[in-house]
Amino acid sequence: MNETEDISKNGEDTHLVSEKSARDFNIRDYLRTSLFPHFLCPGCGHGIALRALLWAIYELDIDKNNLVIVSGIGCSGRTGAYIDANTFHTTHGRPLAFATGLALARPDLKVIVITGDGDCLAIGGNHLIHASRRNLDITCMMLNNEVYGMTGGQASPTTSETRYTTTSPSGSIEPVFDACRLAEAAGAGFVGRDVTLQMPRLKNLLRDAIQYRGFSFVEVISDCTEIFGRKNDLGESPEMILSQKSAMRPSSYGNVVDEPFRPNTLKTGILARNDRPEYGATYRAHAETIQAKGK
Amino acid sequence: MASKYQLVNLQGNHACALGAVAAGCRFFAGYPITPSSEIAERMALELPRIGGVFIQMEDEIASMGAVLGASMGGLKSMTATSGPGFSLKQEHLGYGAGAEIPCVIANVMRGGPSTGMPTRPSQGDIMQSRWGTHGDHATIVLAPASVKEVFDETRRAFALSEKFRVPVIVLYDEVIGHLVETIELPKPEECEQVERKWADSDKKTFKPYAETDDLVPPMARPGDGYRVHTTGLTHAEDGFPTQDPETVVRVTQRILGKLEKHADEIASYEEVDCKDADTVIVAIGISARAANQAIRQARKKGGKVGLFRPITLWPFPEKPFKQAVQKAKTVIVPEMNAGQLALEIERLCQSEQIVERLNRIDGEALEPGEILQKIGEAQ
Repeated sequence: MNETEDISKNGEDTHLVSEKSARDFNIRDYLRTSLFPHFLCPGCGHGIALRALLWAIYELDIDKNNLVIVSGIGCSGRTGAYIDANTFHTTHGRPLAFATGLALARPDLKVIVITGDGDCLAIGGNHLIHASRRNLDITCMMLNNEVYGMTGGQASPTTSETRYTTTSPSGSIEPVFDACRLAEAAGAGFVGRDVTLQMPRLKNLLRDAIQYRGFSFVEVISDCTEIFGRKNDLGESPEMILSQKSAMRPSSYGNVVDEPFRPNTLKTGILARNDRPEYGATYRAHAETIQAKGK
Repeated sequence: MASKYQLVNLQGNHACALGAVAAGCRFFAGYPITPSSEIAERMALELPRIGGVFIQMEDEIASMGAVLGASMGGLKSMTATSGPGFSLKQEHLGYGAGAEIPCVIANVMRGGPSTGMPTRPSQGDIMQSRWGTHGDHATIVLAPASVKEVFDETRRAFALSEKFRVPVIVLYDEVIGHLVETIELPKPEECEQVERKWADSDKKTFKPYAETDDLVPPMARPGDGYRVHTTGLTHAEDGFPTQDPETVVRVTQRILGKLEKHADEIASYEEVDCKDADTVIVAIGISARAANQAIRQARKKGGKVGLFRPITLWPFPEKPFKQAVQKAKTVIVPEMNAGQLALEIERLCQSEQIVERLNRIDGEALEPGEILQKIGEAQ
């Protein structure tokens, strides 16, 4: 189990043993069940990621009244509405911009962004880079399903080469983004990635991310079974998730060429963790210095 | 007795920043762009001193997004820009209009389209300020014409924005932005601050977009326990997306109707010598000041000429305008574009008055002489 080792190696023992039992976690306490049935397709990995996120929020005892979920446009963006918190469903690609204003204006709130691969890496790529650079206290969960699902299955910046989508009818020929390396290079204080197969592990990763004081970026490899999986003959959801999992070989980074499915070159676990100053605190300290001088 | 005012030598753009601060603005996100950068620069200086937040964002779109985010968090927020940046902000301006997020945008007009003439004045965004973002929407546009008025109208922009939950645009040309005038600046404590209505009703039954008598629903602040949903999707009274035709019509009509309902309160204008005027000039910004000079010269020669200057540009103060041109045979519209304000004036005048256009698109300000000449031709 390379992945498990990978996490324990990287984590600086932030995994406090939770006093809260998994059995006491009732996801319905964190959902707007009045909105059900939800809009996600059968087999969509976004629901698993959502559960992992809410579980982490439960374990961290975050008050729903002080929790703000900021999301963009797409399947990932619509997911936020189901959370029983303050939910800001913003514009395509810009949830990090909204979240930046909000987190600076209200440092007392817990700000979590839910975004997707198209939302975060294509139209919103610039905001990811600069949110990473600033290291403001925001957690960004990017659900990567390799496709624009909401608009009917167009290619995204993470669509693996050779994969079929409605805008790559003879197979994608564009190279892909490695979002985690991008975020890390831009300065994100906390960077992690995981698949949805083992939800407790994903929950732990998200919990660490939320606890991190600064910009934390978590890429969740999600599966779009209905649109992307069907078009590429990737089987049902369990098959897709299993293939994603088996393709994640941290030790074989850059060493696998026979499997075209993209995550085979991606590492999982906590990929970066740096003690960088959190921008909000830096700003406020700076402002206080200015005020003291003025007096 | 200490004076309530201090006399200062101030540039239009700095007056905008100081007006914002006086109105209670505590968040500014911006991106450098000529000829509006002085607003951001002044805010970068002022806000940290008074516990506010200044942030230079990565682009124009992000600036407007951050402004909306900060306002949703409860701070009075603004950004400033010019033509190309104003274009980039349009989608978020629409979000502010649709989700009813108070915010203020200063747009200092330069020559366009595209990069145009960055350092030259223009009034080319008159129509964009009204119709720039897609779909039917409610926004207010204020058009100051002096440094003092930039200060006052920026304050009023915040008051209107908070009161009616709409984005308010402060629109002026580069000449006004860089004009330096000596003005009486009121002390901050003398300036009234208007705060939006915050929700304080039962949390379980609260509907964030329920229709109220004034058509402006109270806003729920995160942290206060309401846990509402805010979206740019067309939403029902409960804040969640809907495509139900009846609901869509109902909620959209409320949003559009709220400005109509308070039209008299929102309207602001200056009227000079219109009572007996057979020729009325309609202009904003620096063009209006040139026109003011022109009508005084025309009056000296015995011409019956007046000036109508909309300070609230949009919604256009229709009733007072119609009043002002009652006796007029001719309405002249001098503006620094190829003819935008004239379109609205032509619509309002129909066949009752002849509408004469006077346009300048060369990056120079209209001068009194040109307007005087046009008055002569018209009479």
